[in-house]
Amino acid sequence: MKLVKVYVTLKDSVLDAQGEAIKSAIHSMGYNKVENVGMGKYFELRFADDYSDFEKDVDAICDDLLANPNIETYRYEIMEAE
Amino acid sequence: MKFAVINFPGSNCDMDLYYAVRDGIEQQVELVDYRAQSLEGFDGVLIPGGFSYGDYLRSGAIAVHAPIVKEIIRFANEGKIVLGICNGFQILTELGLLPGALIQNGQSRFICETVALRVVNNETAFTNGYSKNEIINIPIAHGEGRYYCDDKTLSELEANNQIVFKYLENVNGSVEHIAGVTNKQKNVLGMMPHPERAIEKILGSDDGLKLFQSIINYQVKVNN
Amino acid sequence: MTEPTAKQIKDEKLYQQWGLTDSEYELISTKILKRLPNYTETGLYSVMWSEHCSYKNSKKVLRKMPNKSERVIAGPGEDAGILDIGDNQAVVFKAESHNHPSAVEPYQGAATGVGGIIRDIFSMGAQPIALLNSLKFGPLKDGQTKHLVNEVVAGIGGYGNCIGLPTVGGEIAFEDCYEHNPLVNAMCVGLLNNTDFKHGTASGDKNLIVYVGAKTGRDGIHGATFASDEFTDKKNKQRSAVQVGNPFIEKLLMDACVEIIEKHPEWILGIQDMGAAGLVSSTAEMASKAGSGLILNLDKVPQRETEMNAYEMMLSESQERMVLCVKPEFVDNVLEFFKHFELDAVVIGQVTTDKQYKIYHQYQLVTDIPVDSLTEDVPEYDREEIQPQRMIEDKDYQFVPDIDSLEETWNEMLQRPNIASKKHFYQTYDSQVKANTLVRPGSDSGVVRIRGTKKAIAMTNDSNSKYVYLNPFVGGQIAVMEAARNIVASGGEPIGVTDCLNYGNPENPEAFWELDKSVEGIASACEKINTPVISGNVSLYNEYNDVAIYPSPMVGMVGLISDIDNVTTNDFKESEDLIYLVGQTQDDFNGSELQMAQFGKLKGNLRNLDLDQEKLHQDLIRQAISQKLIKSCHDLSEGGLAVALSESTFENELGFEIKTGLSSAQMFSETQSRFLVTIAPENKSAFEKLMTTDIEYLGKVIATPEFKVTTANESVEMSGSVAAKNWKEAITCLMK
Repeated sequence: MKLVKVYVTLKDSVLDAQGEAIKSAIHSMGYNKVENVGMGKYFELRFADDYSDFEKDVDAICDDLLANPNIETYRYEIMEAE
Repeated sequence: MKFAVINFPGSNCDMDLYYAVRDGIEQQVELVDYRAQSLEGFDGVLIPGGFSYGDYLRSGAIAVHAPIVKEIIRFANEGKIVLGICNGFQILTELGLLPGALIQNGQSRFICETVALRVVNNETAFTNGYSKNEIINIPIAHGEGRYYCDDKTLSELEANNQIVFKYLENVNGSVEHIAGVTNKQKNVLGMMPHPERAIEKILGSDDGLKLFQSIINYQVKVNN
Repeated sequence: MTEPTAKQIKDEKLYQQWGLTDSEYELISTKILKRLPNYTETGLYSVMWSEHCSYKNSKKVLRKMPNKSERVIAGPGEDAGILDIGDNQAVVFKAESHNHPSAVEPYQGAATGVGGIIRDIFSMGAQPIALLNSLKFGPLKDGQTKHLVNEVVAGIGGYGNCIGLPTVGGEIAFEDCYEHNPLVNAMCVGLLNNTDFKHGTASGDKNLIVYVGAKTGRDGIHGATFASDEFTDKKNKQRSAVQVGNPFIEKLLMDACVEIIEKHPEWILGIQDMGAAGLVSSTAEMASKAGSGLILNLDKVPQRETEMNAYEMMLSESQERMVLCVKPEFVDNVLEFFKHFELDAVVIGQVTTDKQYKIYHQYQLVTDIPVDSLTEDVPEYDREEIQPQRMIEDKDYQFVPDIDSLEETWNEMLQRPNIASKKHFYQTYDSQVKANTLVRPGSDSGVVRIRGTKKAIAMTNDSNSKYVYLNPFVGGQIAVMEAARNIVASGGEPIGVTDCLNYGNPENPEAFWELDKSVEGIASACEKINTPVISGNVSLYNEYNDVAIYPSPMVGMVGLISDIDNVTTNDFKESEDLIYLVGQTQDDFNGSELQMAQFGKLKGNLRNLDLDQEKLHQDLIRQAISQKLIKSCHDLSEGGLAVALSESTFENELGFEIKTGLSSAQMFSETQSRFLVTIAPENKSAFEKLMTTDIEYLGKVIATPEFKVTTANESVEMSGSVAAKNWKEAITCLMK
């Protein structure tokens, strides 16, 4: 089984309203050294071992569904899963 | 009685609660800023609905770190009245003053509707004006109002009669139709429906009025 | 990216990419500046002279709209219009389109549309009290359209719910022409308690310009400034031009602005929202209105991104930002005030007397142009117009419907997406926050009371673009009158209008004719019922592959209900009440939902609308309501009498037994100027005496959900429960 961990985040130029609010909260807790907080989404996709073309699928799935290319970007890691 | 309505950045039902107390049950009420340090002089704390801190991260999660919260905890631990409505309920669960959590509605959408509730426990500071199993119509307006708790917590809630309101029809997929619960001591109530929007007949329902009157009844009893 | 030089801009005609024409560029360089504009200046002109900011194509037409009445305190030209409602109170309202941003990024496009219109209201010093919206999409057939609809609805709800304003009304329609060009129009209504506040100007030498709110990023800066490789390599496109809304910040901004104007009006000379074309539009308009000049220092502007150039900062459409003009002696108070709300507030410039617009960036003077040239010197165009060919060809065509089974057609009509219940969508909007909503979405108008008074405000959004397509003039009149009937049916007096004029390319003579004639229609109807058009916006170029949308003016109307006891809803109240149809019914099937259902397209002309009769009916209904004769009142619109009757039964699960002289087909006729009312039996003679027009007694409300209908052709008994199910579930089924 292949495990693909997908991370979707806002592009740098897009306002991260949640990240900003969380950063303020972190500062109010006294952790002033935190300079930036970004918030994103995390997905796990699993593919059967006998399928080798999955990277192409992951790209398509990310482009068409998991990420909104107008405002988000994504990256992923591939690993062996149990 | 003198009530404090806590105003967090992003609270938006604060004035609705304020008017419910001032005009509905004609008691003293003040808005209290989230940066305030003290709740001295108040008999009850009301935590309003809305989107504190935009509901970012999780509903209610960031509000927990506001300065006033320490004082709310002290207040609750002294057995005084604390009522959290909608976002206020979410804050109280994030704080751990109430068990469980509020998660995204079953249908993954925000729902605004007037729904029927059953008063499951009418022996609390908040419900003594209702009869047991009375059906009341109260508006809901939330996207993350689905009450969730594990089985162990649920059996504790049931054993201690902490479940106060249930939805007649399970509008958001809550465990056991739960719409509102108290803490063990029953001085802290959290509920997703908005009784402060059901204070006058012309708004569609005045079934929420008895909830606020119940608090007065209770306080009169305690004071005597 | 290095900026092109002024000479390059001229030689390579780069200004064309920004939308300036050769003659406009010529005017700027030879007449106004008498030198070549640099990169930043060219950018400022291109955006300020765009249709969106300057109305250069539509100004001539817009002047036809009436904008005066005894209630008007402020009309077009401000962020929003203001109408006096007595007792030192006023209502402030405006509608705005966000069509293109919603097509690109539906959630954020719709959300920022709502955010923008709310700012237009509180920048007038008013407390926003309610939201409405008018949405148009392609048919709910494919996944893409459904996704678009879901995202737009979620964006509207996400913003409005979070900021805590009730969404009390609106409309959603589905037609082929909107498939690739959806319309998203949002309206906000506010209440002003201080009618003396003068806003929106930057006057007085050395007064300070204060920037408040969210930081500036490169949001919404269109096309030209982006490096051309941006949209080619998907993986690397790290920049985005999509504006993202933050309703949490807007809530703080709204509360702060409303409070500062209410408590400290003396601190502030002007306040304006940074909307389209952000900083340049807001500051230039404020200075120009006051006859002043301005100096801005962009290094002071709070920035979210690095290495932004002057052009980007000036044109950024980052959301949740305001500009204030403040007296120097109060500036510390103002900055401290906003700090309390945890909002950035900084001084970014000052007012001057030389009428020049000067911008410094990194210690360089990057812009030095006459301020009026941005707002006043825009050329006005007189576009060619021709009556559309279809109108000439089809002018005598009359659609004749064919009703095999009244019951089948009836149920089919209730399921048509344009008629079926839109609760699936509007129940995701908080319609009750603030605890003032007397009538929630689903009736003819939304109604919000004014706490502490007997007054309430009724509001509605209306646009039936099918009629406007067939006959722009009559269609324009109908749009106004249908909105007015909605207000009247709710117990209100129509007092004013805002509009969004959504049309195709104005350079197409047929499209421009549609704009011109429908505005004339709107204007004539507004004059008739004394509802001035006090605000609005224009959205042109709504086309896809050269096919334009139907001409789609959206009329947002506000009515005053002087006594909340007069609030009326459309649902039947109890059995034995008498049902009347007010107004004569004719064979009006062109442009009807029945024509779409049976014929599949629009064809034919519309009958002229008799404005006198329309007004008479509205006046009579208002009198009947104020005399407490009416228990329910419903405007007849799409699907005609059959649909109005059905809709009236659903809320209280009642039915009706009626007998009418109308034919079965006429049950679906969409003749204008009609109302469906119920009255208590004891008021029969008083009601009939009052109604000095055509009324038809139809029959009675019955306690069971059954529709018993006798038309000129036949008698039918139908299940009201089945009808209700069809009407209630159609949209949810289609959205699956």
